[in-house]
Amino acid sequence: MNDYLVQAANLKKYFGETHAVDGVSLQVASGEIYGLVGSDGAGKTTTMRLLVGALKPNEGSIEVCGYDVLRQTEQARSTIGYLSQRFSMYEDLTVLENIRFFAEVRGLSATEWLPRSMEILEFVGLEKFKDRRAGQLSGGMKQKLGLASALVTRPRLLLLDEPTTGVDPVTRQDFWQLVIKLVGAREGDGVSVIISTPYMDEASRCHRVGFMKNGQIIAEDTPSNLRARLNGRVLELRGGPLDVLRRVAHSDADVEDVQAFGDRLHIRVSEGTSKAVLKRLKKEITEAGGHVDELRSVPPGLEDVFIALSDHEYSSVFQPMN
Amino acid sequence: MSLPVIYVENLTRRFGDFTAVDHINFEVNEGEVVGYLGPNGSGKTTTIRMLLGLLAPSEGEATVLGYDVVRQSEEVRARVGYMSQKFAIYDDLTTLENLTFYGGVYGITDKERIAETLNLVGLTGHEHTLTRDLSTGWRQRLSLGIALVHKPKLLFLDEPTSGVDPTARRAFWDLIYQLAEGGVTILVTTHYMDEAEYCERVGVMRDGKLLAMDTPTNLKKSIIKGDVWEVFANPLEQGLEQLHQLDGVERVGLAGDHLRVISSRVKQEAMQSLLVKNNIKVERIERGEPTLEDVFLALAR
Repeated sequence: MNDYLVQAANLKKYFGETHAVDGVSLQVASGEIYGLVGSDGAGKTTTMRLLVGALKPNEGSIEVCGYDVLRQTEQARSTIGYLSQRFSMYEDLTVLENIRFFAEVRGLSATEWLPRSMEILEFVGLEKFKDRRAGQLSGGMKQKLGLASALVTRPRLLLLDEPTTGVDPVTRQDFWQLVIKLVGAREGDGVSVIISTPYMDEASRCHRVGFMKNGQIIAEDTPSNLRARLNGRVLELRGGPLDVLRRVAHSDADVEDVQAFGDRLHIRVSEGTSKAVLKRLKKEITEAGGHVDELRSVPPGLEDVFIALSDHEYSSVFQPMN
Repeated sequence: MSLPVIYVENLTRRFGDFTAVDHINFEVNEGEVVGYLGPNGSGKTTTIRMLLGLLAPSEGEATVLGYDVVRQSEEVRARVGYMSQKFAIYDDLTTLENLTFYGGVYGITDKERIAETLNLVGLTGHEHTLTRDLSTGWRQRLSLGIALVHKPKLLFLDEPTSGVDPTARRAFWDLIYQLAEGGVTILVTTHYMDEAEYCERVGVMRDGKLLAMDTPTNLKKSIIKGDVWEVFANPLEQGLEQLHQLDGVERVGLAGDHLRVISSRVKQEAMQSLLVKNNIKVERIERGEPTLEDVFLALAR
């Protein structure tokens, strides 16, 4: 018995000359939060639309909860909740009326929808606001209403397309706590979530992430494993003046990359050289007329990993996919 | 020592009963890259609009490049650049045509200056590309070019790199640092932590108040007093409940496949034994690094 809720193989979608999705394969297990991470135009939204059956792929196959999305589209869809970037709600209807609308469209009967809606409103923390007009909700509450609407049919697979764009960190934190709870809640027939985002701090909350670029997944692993690929190879340097620090760091033979971050530099060194670089860099900087406030090895961030992966010259240090 | 490029004292703006900006004070010096971080509705845009002289303060004062924002707003606006993604780039015009058009708005007709600006933002060779065919990262560079064409001394950037991946964001920021080294002062408003990390100093706004302003490193050190731990345990939710009740734990949250704990005086062993005692499997507990998001959450509570 396979435990994958989503199995997509070699998906391709072309729009004229543009290869929006260019050979994406994806397996998402039950109970997993999978992050599709990349910039606007990398193919995240198109991938989601293919998974939900809203677009037909030029090539490839997709199964969701055992249904072939291309041939059994309706059955497959009944297992999916989808919160699109442009989620729209009826601003002049109340919270409960909005959910009822979504429930009825998805075929929930009159006896089913009310208890289910109340349960889901309680889960997202909107039960006290059920009679408020959607137009009167704050941004964070609107987003929770969107989530509630996507969840009203008890989907096994939840697709969230950049759900936290434009909301503040507190609201975003709350939203993520809900998503993680949702996945943890049902042990046996667990829910899976696929979430898209261009932000690395969000990516780091997923169980597994796929970095997307030009319609392809260029790397896929757990955030911990991705970071581990650069373990011990990222140094943080604070001091001044910045141009001296940058110049000296760049000229070191074991330094592969230097990235400025406001008040500090992140320096990526080649495998096994961090001790040596830590030792000599401070001296070199002082000799060049600069000063070092702090130089230390730091845990690599996903941002460091993404940049290293995009860096053609050095991508050979990573094991090829497959 | 030269005057600060931005000087703000007790700046306040009320709309009826609502105080959008509430007695804020800060200074920005020449060549600094400063972030202004806060959620939508926290007062960021109202502050910028006052600095541009587009909105009168209810109280307090501000000078930009030495000019009073109320009495000398024309002088201010002639010397600052503003970049926002809400700003229209004409899709059916080429890169060069867009830049020429916006240059004209500022009275810049000098072809050389236009070419120089294109070169500055790395768009030389793409003069005749229709802007609709540009990727998000390239469009952001064009927007930057438009904001720079009249050689401003101060640049306001509104979420300049939202929606791009780290590679494109980094290329953009390398340009920004280059400008700052040339003496241009930069104020970036954003609600993205990834973006704020690139600033030399960051101000944190919430509900109209400037809660703190310092370097990212100092903010993390001064606001996050405790240690950050990443606890990989199973089941996570029970772990969350247990650690919540542990004395000395300031914050604990779900972070995907682990718990993120901030605590001032809890030892790793104490967490481990509490979890094990409650039949929660502990895979491992690791040290984490504080983030600007931790800072924001700590200030917001």
